[in-house]
Amino acid sequence: MPSPFEYAPAPESRAIVDLKPSYGLFIDGQFVEGHGTPFKTISPATEEVLSEIAEADQADIDAAVKAARRAYDRVWSRMPGRERAKYLYRIARIIQERSRELAVLESLDNGKPIKESRDVDVPTVAAHFFYYAGWADKLEYAGHGADPQPLGVAAQVIPWNFPLLMLAWKIAPALACGNTVVLKPAETTPLTALLFVEICQQADLPPGVVNIVTGAGATGQALVGHPGVDKVAFTGSTEVGKAIARSVAGTSKRVTLELGGKAANIVFDDAPIDQAVEGIVDGIFFNQGHVCCAGSRLLVQESVVEDVLERLKARMSTLRMGDPLDKNTDIGAINSGEQLKRIRELSEVGDAEGAERWEVACDLPTKGFWFPPTLFTGVSQAHRIAREEIFGPVLSVLTFRTPAEALEKANNTPYGLSAGVWTDKGSLILKMASSLRAGVVWANTFNKFDPTSPFGGYKESGYGREGGRHGLEAYLRTPHESAR
Amino acid sequence: MSRIDVRKTYKLYIGGAFPRSESSYTYEVLDSKGKFVANAALASRKDARDAVVAARKAFGGWSGRTAYNRSQILYRVAEVMEDRRPQFVQAVSQSEGLTASKAGAVVDQAIDRLVWYAGWADKLAQVVGNANPVAGPFFNLSTPEPTGVVAVLAPQDSSLLGLVSVVAPVIVSGNTVVVVSSYERPLPAVTFAEVLATSDVPGGVVNVLTGSAATVGPWLASHMDVNAIDLTGVAGDTELATELEVAAAENLKRVRRAPAAEPDWALDPGLDPMTAFLETKTVWHPIGV
Repeated sequence: MPSPFEYAPAPESRAIVDLKPSYGLFIDGQFVEGHGTPFKTISPATEEVLSEIAEADQADIDAAVKAARRAYDRVWSRMPGRERAKYLYRIARIIQERSRELAVLESLDNGKPIKESRDVDVPTVAAHFFYYAGWADKLEYAGHGADPQPLGVAAQVIPWNFPLLMLAWKIAPALACGNTVVLKPAETTPLTALLFVEICQQADLPPGVVNIVTGAGATGQALVGHPGVDKVAFTGSTEVGKAIARSVAGTSKRVTLELGGKAANIVFDDAPIDQAVEGIVDGIFFNQGHVCCAGSRLLVQESVVEDVLERLKARMSTLRMGDPLDKNTDIGAINSGEQLKRIRELSEVGDAEGAERWEVACDLPTKGFWFPPTLFTGVSQAHRIAREEIFGPVLSVLTFRTPAEALEKANNTPYGLSAGVWTDKGSLILKMASSLRAGVVWANTFNKFDPTSPFGGYKESGYGREGGRHGLEAYLRTPHESAR
Repeated sequence: MSRIDVRKTYKLYIGGAFPRSESSYTYEVLDSKGKFVANAALASRKDARDAVVAARKAFGGWSGRTAYNRSQILYRVAEVMEDRRPQFVQAVSQSEGLTASKAGAVVDQAIDRLVWYAGWADKLAQVVGNANPVAGPFFNLSTPEPTGVVAVLAPQDSSLLGLVSVVAPVIVSGNTVVVVSSYERPLPAVTFAEVLATSDVPGGVVNVLTGSAATVGPWLASHMDVNAIDLTGVAGDTELATELEVAAAENLKRVRRAPAAEPDWALDPGLDPMTAFLETKTVWHPIGV
């Protein structure tokens, strides 16, 4: 069906981004060559090669950890909190000043629409640094003991879905608490982390406080397993999270894990349906569904399921998929060929297991990695598409009759990261919110994030919280802990 | 002729009942001088699994009670312990080889600790939870919730004060517990179970297994319906502690690691023993008309 609206192309210029043909590792305040095998990072929307990236091997990791240790011992852990704060404030300001550049680069490397990188990712990154900057000289008031101390060197491994935002979630609280970091961005999205390096240099951050090492899983493993790190922070898949939990067993390394999810988004019959539909769309199609807290299981009360589905399909049909740099784009590219393969495979399993697939009719670009917004109806709890994280724009729709049944279905998962509830009845919201076994519950909204608000999972979605006062705990040693 | 004493075989405490071990195994409990005291049930894998089922069954009810009610129940436990103080003093003295007066002091500390934790039930959320001033029109609140079913390997040396110090902080917030007592000093734990059974603690909230942490621990650490594990009871045994931590990773249990040596239980425990088994839940709601 032709759209009643025609949009002229409105591409954001990429001229603002100064891409280098190749990037090294950032260790001890300078770019150095890596000793692994360099790899290319591409634009998932066009498969165009953007740059060549160094791979850190064991020796490079060792150098980075040592640099972080030196900076910790000699500079950062000794610096008064109020001075650390000023560096973080500087970084926050520079992020704001260079926000357009960061947003364009993020959309180029990740494939997410510019309206999301520009309006969500980058502003939230700046806000995160501002928030934790202010904690640096107030830690004794944070409720984590009278004289909380930093842990030391933090090894941080982050995913490709929100590359710069996850960097901020990791680096800002770590630095505020007086730790130094070695961070590994995902191999498909290293560019904004490498631009962040320039921002650290612009802020005159002392060498070694932030080190960025690039590479894939093996590099991450070497970093997490390095005996010189005191703290491991990981965001990514539950499978890798479990491997990390095993690998740190018997050590004194502290660990926080922010892993997968299969969130239920529960719509009751008295919900404002149009608002709920917006929330459902935001819940599963935001960032192409590459969101650990995505509302990937829609639970609709049986009496309104037809109405909800009709309006949902109509709304999905207005989503614009295409060039991530176009300001009118709602849905960008799938981040990698590998991820696209996984989304396709699980969707095919959905077909094979008897669920009914409906997808938005749209022309997919011939180059790049694309998957149309899709929903499955007739899904049962036993179906793999109702149990496994797809991490793509694929929604599984299930139904329920009573709040008790909704709760039972919502909690019937090894995950517990997030959940959504849509109803006009306040007491029902509070009942659901208190009974859902999930770390974040969005009621009559979805996928909202704020630096002051703790985020993290129950059960196999990981442990520890990021954001807020609670987020400091992951980077501080409390007096009782040191006594043990 | 002197009277022949009645020797007792102590049992497990699972789901509010006192069963023998499913395996029917028992072991001899000796006092600190090596003299026979009694037999205790030797918990098996099956007992551990039964205890987890009981703990899971009790979780909804216990975590759903008001904090005030949990507080009252924990205080009630302290009351009943105070009532049976002489029996605890004897058990601790026998188990730990302390003089009656030193054992008395330990029992007093255990009872006082329970009173301390009882008071936390309805304060914890105010101390570790908070409202979040998000940059938008949203109500945003973070509150602590219990993690779920927690396996606790109780300390080997401190048979009562240590036991209370690892069990009370877990249940006060609404978790339910499967605790493995000290292997060589299980009798204070058995007496404690008898107190629990007669002081309004619902069956299944605390399940007490007497036996070996090395034998039962791996089953609890790898159990997929256990949400967290406290390894205090294997303090100093790095190899076993590591093995248990590896097993616990299978469903990402929250792990309270084993200390290098058993801590000094007389110290102020702080919040860590409670917060280790809490999840923070954050709820968002738009503000508007």
